[in-house]
Amino acid sequence: MSGRRNVARATREEVEDFLYREAALLDAWRLDEWLALTTADCGYYVPPNEKPDADHRSTLFTVADNHARLVERVKRLKDPSAHAEYPPSRTRRMISNVHITGGDSDTIEVAANFVVYRFRRDDDRRAFVGHYRYKLRRENGVLKIAERRAILDSEELGALGAVSFIL
Amino acid sequence: MTDRYVIEDRAQNTFSLSREALVSPAVLEKEHRAIFDRCWIYVGHASELAQPGDFRTRQVAGRPVIFCRDKAGVIRALLNSCRHRGTTVCREREGNARQFMCMYHGWTYETDGALKNVPGPEAYGAAFDKRKFGLVPVPRFEHYRDFYFACFDRLAPPLVDYLAGAKEYIDLVVDQSPSGRMEIIAGVQEYDVKANWKLLVENSVDDYHLPTVHTTWLNYMKNAGVNVRPPKEEGLLLPSKGWGKDLGNGHLTTDNVNFRGRPVARWISIYGEDAKADIDAIRRELVARLGEERAARIADTNRNLIVFPNLALNDGSSVTVRTFFPIAPDRMRVTAWCLGPSEETPAQRARRLDAFLTFYGPGGFATPDDVAALEAVQQGLAAWREVGWSDMSRGMAKPADAQLNTDEGHMRVFWRRWSELMDRAG
Ligand code: FES
Ligand SMILES: [Fe+2]
Repeated sequence: MSGRRNVARATREEVEDFLYREAALLDAWRLDEWLALTTADCGYYVPPNEKPDADHRSTLFTVADNHARLVERVKRLKDPSAHAEYPPSRTRRMISNVHITGGDSDTIEVAANFVVYRFRRDDDRRAFVGHYRYKLRRENGVLKIAERRAILDSEELGALGAVSFIL
Repeated sequence: MTDRYVIEDRAQNTFSLSREALVSPAVLEKEHRAIFDRCWIYVGHASELAQPGDFRTRQVAGRPVIFCRDKAGVIRALLNSCRHRGTTVCREREGNARQFMCMYHGWTYETDGALKNVPGPEAYGAAFDKRKFGLVPVPRFEHYRDFYFACFDRLAPPLVDYLAGAKEYIDLVVDQSPSGRMEIIAGVQEYDVKANWKLLVENSVDDYHLPTVHTTWLNYMKNAGVNVRPPKEEGLLLPSKGWGKDLGNGHLTTDNVNFRGRPVARWISIYGEDAKADIDAIRRELVARLGEERAARIADTNRNLIVFPNLALNDGSSVTVRTFFPIAPDRMRVTAWCLGPSEETPAQRARRLDAFLTFYGPGGFATPDDVAALEAVQQGLAAWREVGWSDMSRGMAKPADAQLNTDEGHMRVFWRRWSELMDRAG
């Protein structure tokens, strides 16, 4: 245990529960409750498909939201005139291979694989496959998302089209 | 196929567009010959190939192309097809190469395309001349201010003539860089839209749709303190006045008074208070270099340019270079990049990229709704046999120089040229 003394404490079970709860909120479009899981300095990123390790300050991302932008994104997604997501897509998230990869005294770094199925009318079925990299932090003892990176495996968005929902 | 896709009556101010042009496989087949094999088609930007040996592979008008800088520094567009039996000789997306070696039997080419080595040469007869088996360059390859275009018609006019009035609008973008060197920023957006490619030409310059399709983006701007109320002038639907213009040879543009902020150089609250002084400094540099009037022309207008047939340069919340090719009558592949002055500081670059994402791209606050609109159009077009024609007459009763960005005068420019080239192909 001595090597991990400075790592903020969490068990994989606790982290898994947290990610499953998050996925359920997103699949249910309970976006305000989802937003409440994020810290005030939270960043949400979808890097470009061909440069998954890039920095959003020097590389064009698909999504690079700070918290203020994330609040606006949620506002937008709840508005029926966000045409790309109205009626809202049906999504179903499979989260797996969850593991704690590192961290420091107040941050827990987590990696997990995902498959997010997205369904719309007229047989529109798309599978977004990739992995998440999270930075979680405890606020008043409760886990919160300080950073969330959704990294897609496909070489280009191609037939996946847009990332108009929260991936 | 009907023989006329565009029916225009200038006396009655009607302009009707056959919906068959947007759904028919036969029309697409003909477009390949009449449009994509005849026009100058965008390939890439010089900044993507910084060093000798740098290459990018991409599809251009259905052909696999190696866009590269050879060892001597010359920028080239080589058809990515082995002279032996056809294999693509370069299979990576991008990189730096000393040579291109075909993975099938190992024919090896120099970065200028010359055939260098053939394994087992003694099996070929004495007449076999390696000099005749270099990678084939695209028939015509020229650039304007670092934007490189290919043309598959050997008899086409030079690119500078072809571009006609579009040159002035490319200049308005390139002159944002103090050295005249813009660069493509890393990170490409490649996505499909389930719609006919010509719908994206229209959509790129159709400002009539802004209040309805982009309500949530306008709300976002409003929440950030940007004034989005249309000025009190008859007929204005948008927060500022703008025009739609004919640039000749089928090229067209919008030309709007800016309200949405510009990294070069008009501050809005979204950039943050601490960006104010920096944006002022960018503005001062523009004025010092180009004079008050041209600086204002660059910084206080935004313009969405279409270079016929399939290149959009959207100089709005940032600069997008966007090109798109049909995959099927009802599907296109879009490729989009962000362009910025090569001199930008890291803070300026970050601001440009952030501004880009407020609007553009598959995760932006606006583009996904455009995609939704185009896909809804395509779905509606399935009734083309019963509902055969679209109306594109908006603004037609007004003179050509009074066409607003919310009119359809500039879109008629595209369709007239398209129709002319299709007719010419017989
Ligand atoms: S096809 Fe390229 S070496 Fe044979
Ligand atoms: Fe739009």
